[in-house]
Amino acid sequence: MPFVLRSALLAVLFSSVSLQAAELLNASYDVTREFYKDFNPAFVQYWKEKTGETVTINQSHGGSTKQARSVVDGLPADVITMNRSADIDILAQKGKLIPANWQTRLPNNSVPSASPTVFLVRKGNPKQVKDWDDLVRPGVTSVIPNPKTSGNGKYSYLAAWGYITQKGGDAVKARQFVTELFKHVPVLDTGGRGATTTFAQREIGDVLVTFENEVYLLQKELGEDKYEVVYPSVTVLAENPVSLVDKVVDKKGTRKVAQAYLEFHFSPQGQALAAKHYLRPQVSEVAQPAFKKLHTFTVKQVFGSWNEAENTHFSDGGIFDQIYQK
Amino acid sequence: MASQKKKHLLPGFGLSLGYTLVYLSLIVLIPLAAVFLRTTELSWHEFCAVVTTPRVVATYKLTFGASLLAAVINLVFGLLTAWVLVRYQFFGKKVLDALVDLPFALPTAVAGIALTAIYAPNGWLGQWLEPHGIKVAFTPLGVVVALTFIGLPFVVRTVQPVLEDFSAEAEEAAASLGANRWQTFYKIILPAIWPALLTGFSLAFARAVGEYGSVIFIAGNMPMISEITPLMIITKLEQYDYAGATAIAVVMLVISFVLLLLINLLQWWSNHRHGNK
Repeated sequence: MPFVLRSALLAVLFSSVSLQAAELLNASYDVTREFYKDFNPAFVQYWKEKTGETVTINQSHGGSTKQARSVVDGLPADVITMNRSADIDILAQKGKLIPANWQTRLPNNSVPSASPTVFLVRKGNPKQVKDWDDLVRPGVTSVIPNPKTSGNGKYSYLAAWGYITQKGGDAVKARQFVTELFKHVPVLDTGGRGATTTFAQREIGDVLVTFENEVYLLQKELGEDKYEVVYPSVTVLAENPVSLVDKVVDKKGTRKVAQAYLEFHFSPQGQALAAKHYLRPQVSEVAQPAFKKLHTFTVKQVFGSWNEAENTHFSDGGIFDQIYQK
Repeated sequence: MASQKKKHLLPGFGLSLGYTLVYLSLIVLIPLAAVFLRTTELSWHEFCAVVTTPRVVATYKLTFGASLLAAVINLVFGLLTAWVLVRYQFFGKKVLDALVDLPFALPTAVAGIALTAIYAPNGWLGQWLEPHGIKVAFTPLGVVVALTFIGLPFVVRTVQPVLEDFSAEAEEAAASLGANRWQTFYKIILPAIWPALLTGFSLAFARAVGEYGSVIFIAGNMPMISEITPLMIITKLEQYDYAGATAIAVVMLVISFVLLLLINLLQWWSNHRHGNK
């Protein structure tokens, strides 16, 4: 009896190991759902042709910070794909799940795709919004998600700040500008999709400040004739980094396939799929769709690092909090 | 044995108390203890600093103020609804009765989205209210509306059975002894349903304090104006500030506990008073 039990246990153990070897969990943020619905089957096919193995990829989506927290708290994700490097840094800082230099392990600082922050206005652009300065004109209101709870909101805030400093303005000017800008924001939604709903369904605000890929998805969903995209003269480029979760892949024995999955993001096929979903490919030129050339900056270029940006602007009592203090 | 233990009428007291304690510990006490433990990462000074920033204090005022207001609204209209459902027969009563439970069953996010859609400036109700200067969605008023919605079933469902048990004869007796309608209500009915009303009130209040899902859509979440305390907790978590989040949670817990204790005391006191009569 004990022998039977033991062998049964072993069988269960082995079968689960072999099962796990062919299964990946990708912890991602909210608006990549549509992208990974295309990307994952493409990788599965690629991996099958290359190795003969069948791999299953499971997706977990949610607010980016919430997802990162889940992984720190033990969600066994093999790979993490976020829209801010800070949400992957936390895996090194809090969970010791990955090495601190994780960004050096893949091409282009582990950033396969990116999306600039742009404006969406209502058809005909009734308020004649052309650039950041127009957002603080009397009578113009903008919908921006709360920078304290949303990566999208953080990028919008930093884009406005960077617009001033890139033009040669100093920190005092930039601070005045973002303070004025957020006085023109009637609703602070907790996430990017919430802001989109407020703008599109509730018809609140003249301008929605959000990622370019979100803008295109919205136009596809709600019709191209209802809104217009406005490209500001200068804006931030929101980079979407990816990483292995070392502790998880080593435990599950999935490092090889997880690594291949991430590298596939940088392959011509992966890059083309990103472009198809209006994410700007970062390592290779893709013909379609033609992205408008923009003057962009990254968070690193203007703010040094995400850590510094967080501490100065979004921490408790930071510059963003001071906007609302009377 | 000299000191004979008092025998309980029902057997199994020790065993069932044991189960109760284990159950309460697992489900309530241990998670709550973890919350308190987590705040010990902060010094007393840091703790005070976190929970007394003007922005956080503004959220306490809104959360507890709006919850109290919503519970009071539900106290009045919940009683009315229960009264109508118990005392009158009319077509469609069963449907109306079932509707009362809807706020229980509905995912709170759905409630929030639906309420926002209705009260937004372009919504069914919002478009009529807006020209009169009444803004509901994206203001503290919207928070009260959402909290009233989710709290409705509590008062109705606690008062309803008591009203059903309350015989109409007592009212008739009061009337025949010369009491007018108001006296009948105030002296006869109200004392009988008062404990149930208070229970319903405290349940509605407690539920409102902790509500997040439905409020977040309708509040607009403007700092110092329409942020609720649970949002502050989420905000802290979004910044990976676990200790700060639990610090605010502890303050909420303590305030809620004290308020519920007060309501219980009030209930005990009123029972006592009426019991002595």
